[in-house]
Amino acid sequence: MLVYLLRRLLYVCPVAIGVSAICFMLVHVAPGDPLTAIMAVDATAQEQEAMRAAYGLDKPLPTQYVIWLGKAVQGDLGKSIASGRPVAGEVIGAVQNSLVLAFAASLIAFPLGIFLGFLAGYFRDSWIDRAVTTVAIAGVSLPNYWLGIVLVIIFSVTLGWLPAMGAGDGAWMWDFTHLSHIILPAITLSVVPIGIVARTMRALVGEIYSMDFVQALYAKGLHRGDVLRHVVRNAAPTGLSVMGIQLGYLLGGSILIETVFNWPGTGFLLSNAIFQRDLPLLQGTILVLALFFVLVNLTVDVAQAIIDPRIKRS
Amino acid sequence: MSTAIALAASASTSGRRGYWSGVLKRFSRDPVAVGCTVILLVLILAAIFAPYLDLADPYKGSMIKRLRPVGTEGLPLGTDEQGRDMLARLIYGGRLTLYVGLMPVVFAFFIGAALGVTAGYVGGFVNTVIMRVVDIFFAFPSVLLAIAISGALGAGIVNSLVSLTIVFIPPITRVAESVTSSVRSLDYIDAAKASGGDAFTIVRVHVLGNVLGPVFVYATSLTSVCMILAAGLSFLGIGVKPPEPEWGLMLNTLRTAIYVNPVVAALPGIMIFITSLCLNLLSDGLRSAMNVRD
Repeated sequence: MLVYLLRRLLYVCPVAIGVSAICFMLVHVAPGDPLTAIMAVDATAQEQEAMRAAYGLDKPLPTQYVIWLGKAVQGDLGKSIASGRPVAGEVIGAVQNSLVLAFAASLIAFPLGIFLGFLAGYFRDSWIDRAVTTVAIAGVSLPNYWLGIVLVIIFSVTLGWLPAMGAGDGAWMWDFTHLSHIILPAITLSVVPIGIVARTMRALVGEIYSMDFVQALYAKGLHRGDVLRHVVRNAAPTGLSVMGIQLGYLLGGSILIETVFNWPGTGFLLSNAIFQRDLPLLQGTILVLALFFVLVNLTVDVAQAIIDPRIKRS
Repeated sequence: MSTAIALAASASTSGRRGYWSGVLKRFSRDPVAVGCTVILLVLILAAIFAPYLDLADPYKGSMIKRLRPVGTEGLPLGTDEQGRDMLARLIYGGRLTLYVGLMPVVFAFFIGAALGVTAGYVGGFVNTVIMRVVDIFFAFPSVLLAIAISGALGAGIVNSLVSLTIVFIPPITRVAESVTSSVRSLDYIDAAKASGGDAFTIVRVHVLGNVLGPVFVYATSLTSVCMILAAGLSFLGIGVKPPEPEWGLMLNTLRTAIYVNPVVAALPGIMIFITSLCLNLLSDGLRSAMNVRD
């Protein structure tokens, strides 16, 4: 077990370094000079050189990368070009809002997806199975940013029940006004994971029920409920890993939904960064999100190893 | 979540023609898959032959005819926020939407298959290098990666194609590598080596035939996501630029009209939904017709 954990932890390091390298390169594949946004229009060649030196842009790329990485490790992601504030601070505030939204969406998606998937897998080839499969495939095919607009049209514009945008005033709290703001974006965001989780669980549960050991359990005289316990235990590791990946997706993939609902999270921050060509902000936000995704995957793998004894032995 | 795809059909010994006619037979008996193929073909043909369909000019607006509802005389699907004919814009919109939504998977299929087969067949150091780089790209959720690259490169059709291709190369490479590795260890490859075939010939004759099928089916399952992502990039304003008709972009510009004419504002999304649903169902149909399991 310990060896497995250490191996898995060691494996994270090169991935994290690679992720940081990609984030670093993002700014350098961008067309145009990163300094044009803050440089005076009539700056002389000499002034431009001075500015370049001040931002360290006169050094060779690998050197710039090492300097940037050294600062990033200490929590310094540079300053936003548009607002002049430190990127790290802006990203942390936005990540909190995105986490709240991702958490709310997973509260809807995971129980519902698991329940539907189990139902379809248990009643394989029945009308329940067909209904769940249809819902699941519609869910994964749905452009969720469009669903967001449709929900706004129905529940905000036509019925006037729920607010169409924003996260409510002030810091996030689990009270009525704030919850009423999160309902529509959370539902919108949960549709794709519901489809994916349901499809995976259906295939998994169907496969486990067709295994010999299930027959053996029935032959031993176990009740349906007891057999179900064995099936759940067998399905848990894979189910967990799918949900982990989906959680990462909810956090990193919410940018479109956050734009639709003006939700003040990382997606909102990203689209601002893109349109103001605020490259340090873009770079910092992507780095934090990708590293978070790596961390989620690591946690899922460790949790999987803990509940599945087969992984420990291999 | 290693995608161990096994090709169950490799057992069929009746030769290549027998296998493909069997696939066609099974596929044609699947009403859902056939229906989706027909819908997709209609959409693609309508997009290609849009200039010959006697439609209104999709670029020509009219200040007095803005946001007409669906079913207006002479304007069956109404007009958009600039008074442009929605029917014409939706049909013309299929051109860029389908092109940017499908081509990245085609590019990624060739590049990813080449990388994956190389990594899987050569093995060793080459495999380690290719697969570790792929692992790094897997650390990004696909939506985030597409938006990050497109955001850095800026709006434009070529930039969208580049960023989406980069997004879909790693998953295809991973599948191609895992299938190739399992095929490589089979006895008949050893036999081919023993009879003196060089690596290139063995890959071309013996490996690709068994690898490309599953990889192709896997690639088709990505087309729906790619469509949604491509339209999503335009929706964000970092894909196709206005005034081009494109479903994601139209959805974005019509957002301001949801209070005035909600049905027209929702139309481009319905097109995206129908296309991606058909792509998903078609891929499922292909998967079972080709006997690919994952």
